[in-house]
Amino acid sequence: MRGQTHRLATGGLIDRARPLSFTFDGKAYTGFAGDTLASALLANNVPLVGRSFKYHRPRGILTAGSEEPNALVTLRSGAHAEPNSRATVIPLFDGLAATSQNRWPSLAFDVLALNQLASPIFVAGFYYKTFMWPAAFWEKVYEPLIRRAAGLGALSMLPDPDHYDRSHAFCDLLVIGAGPAGLAAARAAGRAGLRVIIADEDERFGGRLLAERHKVDGMDGPAWADAAAVELATFPNVTSLPRTIVFGAYDGGEYGAVERVSDHLASSLPGQPRQRLWKIVARHTLLASGAIERPIVFGGNDRPGVMMASAVTAYINRFAVAPGKRALVFTTSDSGWSAAEDLVAAGCDVAAVVDARGSPPPAAERLRRAGIRIFEQAAVANVAGRRTRAATIIDSSGRAHTVAVDLVAMAGGWNPSIGIGSNLGCRPSWSDSANAFLLDTPPRGMTPAGAAAGALSLADALASGIAAAVKAGSEMGVTIAAEAPAAEAEPASTSPPHPVRGRPGKAFVDFQNDVTAKDIDLAASEGFTSVEHLKRYTTLGMATDQGKTSQVNGHAVLAAATGKTIAEAGTILSRPPYLPVAIGVLAGHHRGRHFRPERRTASHEWAEEQGATFVDAGQWKRAQWFARPGDRDWSDTVAREVNATRGGVGICDVSTLGKIDVHGRDAGLLLDRLYVNTFSTLAIGKARYGLMLREDGFVLDDGTTTRFAEDRFFVTTTTVNAARVMQHIDFARQVLWPELDVQATSVTEQWSTYAVAGPRSRMLLQKLLPAVDLSNENFPYMGAAEFEWMGAPARLFRLSFSGELAYEISAPASFGDRLVRALFEAGSAFDVTPYGTEALGVMRIEKGHAAGNELNGQTTARDLGMARMMSQKKDFIGRVMANRPALLDPARPSLVGIRPKAPDARLRAGAHLLPEGVRPVADHDQGFVTSVAFSPVLGHWIGLALLAGGPGRYGETIVAHDPVRGSDVAVEICNPVFVDPEGTRLRG
Amino acid sequence: MRIPCPYCGSRDIQEFVYRGDAGPTRPTHDDSFFAYVYLRDNVAGTMREHWYHAQGCRNWLVVTRDTLTHEIEGAALARRSSQ
Repeated sequence: MRGQTHRLATGGLIDRARPLSFTFDGKAYTGFAGDTLASALLANNVPLVGRSFKYHRPRGILTAGSEEPNALVTLRSGAHAEPNSRATVIPLFDGLAATSQNRWPSLAFDVLALNQLASPIFVAGFYYKTFMWPAAFWEKVYEPLIRRAAGLGALSMLPDPDHYDRSHAFCDLLVIGAGPAGLAAARAAGRAGLRVIIADEDERFGGRLLAERHKVDGMDGPAWADAAAVELATFPNVTSLPRTIVFGAYDGGEYGAVERVSDHLASSLPGQPRQRLWKIVARHTLLASGAIERPIVFGGNDRPGVMMASAVTAYINRFAVAPGKRALVFTTSDSGWSAAEDLVAAGCDVAAVVDARGSPPPAAERLRRAGIRIFEQAAVANVAGRRTRAATIIDSSGRAHTVAVDLVAMAGGWNPSIGIGSNLGCRPSWSDSANAFLLDTPPRGMTPAGAAAGALSLADALASGIAAAVKAGSEMGVTIAAEAPAAEAEPASTSPPHPVRGRPGKAFVDFQNDVTAKDIDLAASEGFTSVEHLKRYTTLGMATDQGKTSQVNGHAVLAAATGKTIAEAGTILSRPPYLPVAIGVLAGHHRGRHFRPERRTASHEWAEEQGATFVDAGQWKRAQWFARPGDRDWSDTVAREVNATRGGVGICDVSTLGKIDVHGRDAGLLLDRLYVNTFSTLAIGKARYGLMLREDGFVLDDGTTTRFAEDRFFVTTTTVNAARVMQHIDFARQVLWPELDVQATSVTEQWSTYAVAGPRSRMLLQKLLPAVDLSNENFPYMGAAEFEWMGAPARLFRLSFSGELAYEISAPASFGDRLVRALFEAGSAFDVTPYGTEALGVMRIEKGHAAGNELNGQTTARDLGMARMMSQKKDFIGRVMANRPALLDPARPSLVGIRPKAPDARLRAGAHLLPEGVRPVADHDQGFVTSVAFSPVLGHWIGLALLAGGPGRYGETIVAHDPVRGSDVAVEICNPVFVDPEGTRLRG
Repeated sequence: MRIPCPYCGSRDIQEFVYRGDAGPTRPTHDDSFFAYVYLRDNVAGTMREHWYHAQGCRNWLVVTRDTLTHEIEGAALARRSSQ
């Protein structure tokens, strides 16, 4: 215990048999198992733990809970470093290393404390009033300077090495908080057989019972809590979640929580997640989250050594630490007197107890008899010292007394922790009886209980918890035993916030963001009189502690400044998360490669064997190209694949395109209403290209649809629109025309499909399928047939995206790997080449086929040169709106081809088209380039573009202007079908 | 948030795709198409909305939802509702 000068010889819930070593700012200390970093620092008499955000004032530990605004440290180092960790809730472990933040060069001597000299300028809103001129300086000079000077901890900038897990849970009753009210309620509900989840941010259940001296049902508080926790663990219908923070309430009775699985260990065990995100759906919730003690606003209330009275109580009783040797207690509530008695019991010198009220509780008499000075209707005006040294008391007659103390305990009343109760928009209101904001209209399904409901005495809290459980149970048809555990009804009266004004010295309201009472007065005088405006203008309540110890005091100061009552001033709504949540735990396992699911086609393994390079197409992995020795770079590879396909035969996996079976007596009729062209007249065994519009007249998608029987159609879509078109078809048949006899189902994943393209494609397929007559007479262009392959149903379509003689062959996906290998075996005699999406793209651009870049949601059928496809004889989705005057305007950008005037010039997609010789400004913009490719057939770059009045401008020269990549290329407008415009190869 | 799909039961909202107001009906007259495509009431209160159970039974539903409180009062098959 050497060095632990403030550790009490006996008592506490710490384990004195397990001493632990830790360092703070590089200095070594010891503590015990059961300590927090804060309690261990206090035991070792470390007064200074940080510097405040704006003024860099020295700060000590204020609280014993997660509401702590001052003791923010960086825990661990390297990639595991976590800045802004609150020392008050870090469980001590052996080897813990923490460093202070926001100071340079050291905590003891912080150069930026000079900020304090300029404090008259750094008042509320100063960012808005200064640094305004010159305007250009803001981004380059002022903001970087401010950022460097302000701020708390620093990120490690290294990737997060930890694992995070996720769990989904459902329950009848979610109990938030395992203090007396929560434990009593969870135990009663668990005994009654309800599915219960009880969560508490602390390592042990018990809440205030661990910090204060009470008896419940005749047992010591901690013992009662432990017994309840043990009983809860025996119920299979109860899930206990210690170290778990419920951070937000969401629609539909859903709650988000973070379980800190291994944060309390020196390091996670292998495979163990650091934290776990819980998504909990609860039929009913008890908000038994307790209450947070209010600081009192007076001069020097931020000095190291000024602490919450409830924290003093907790450090003495739970951690066996006396936070000071000679204390003063300043209170506006009965609970402050308990802290005074705890100090006396711990052997501390109590210099005085100052109660702002006139009628103190019975404890006053006990302390008076013990010889302690009592001041009633008095206040503390100022605390002096870099570390608390003395306090000035103003007594009831206005006389000042100065006492030498090293600890000032302030007890300003209690704020129920109802934050998450207002996440869904229920605004709390002021209760004069509780002297606090209460959640009197909680969201449906949530009931505040215990101190969170304003029941501050232990007996009332227990009763409140049981009553809430009984009510929740009855709403679910379950009877819960209504007997509450027995405890004393200790005095628990409070008063409203009582700022001490009109004295010199900085009186802090928000410790973390350095907002003083004067700042609030200033904001009010400038017209920021609503609590929501006050918050944003002064940054009160906007720090990582979200105003837990400052918001209500701020409202009180504002109310006084604007002549309103605190009830009239109101309070803000809280937004999740209640406590800081690591982004990593929200991401869970969805990081890096696992960010999204990966969809693979049946040929994926085969393609990997072939050395394919893959590209993402939505969630799919598609082979982009297949590099071979001799290819200098990818463009060589792509050119080789195009030439091999156009000159011989190539095979490409096109399984990712959407596929939908549309069956039924009215299938053709439905397709007529979905496509601009007619399908009910399509012959069996034939395919047809179709275009689908949205109801607003713009193109939704395109594809080929094949008829296999009177009542069986097979629809294809683009890869990225597969789901959207399925949804569209389902909407049409279920909502628009439910009277039609038609069903539809997605079969995208059920079929593997390979394009076999090139002059030798027929020969290859004839070798693979000797039984199918592939002659041009029997199997013409746009024909289709069903047959069997290897005992499985298979299909062959004579379709061409490449413009060559081509087919698409399909087999069930479970045969997909076998099929691709069989195709390449059959093709070895014909020098078959695999080709990927790049070569696929080059060939379709050479043929002027519109694809995703052209079907961009802003183009119409007319824009794409397909106006004549639109039937005049039937209604279809989009028909009416496609004929709006503006969409018929020939000046609309329409599809054209472009080729560079200089044969070796490179084209770039995205370049804008402007007339030659004009200034490149938006007024002269006539369109843009949608797709580009180097054409191996033509030996130069080609492109597709949307150009105003395009089709009438073939032969014209125009400039492709690309300011982003810095090029201007003169191009000629031409027919978008660059290769085989008559289409003779297709039909051979 | 959860939607009570008539076939699948109470399911997480991530399984569904939202479309919009279920009120407007596809017109029989060309003149009314502009309103059908573009004009919608912005109701502060209960609305009937089209949702698609994309990750489930793939039925279109009419969901009654309060736009202020986000409470979902019920869901029915859209097919039934339009008959």
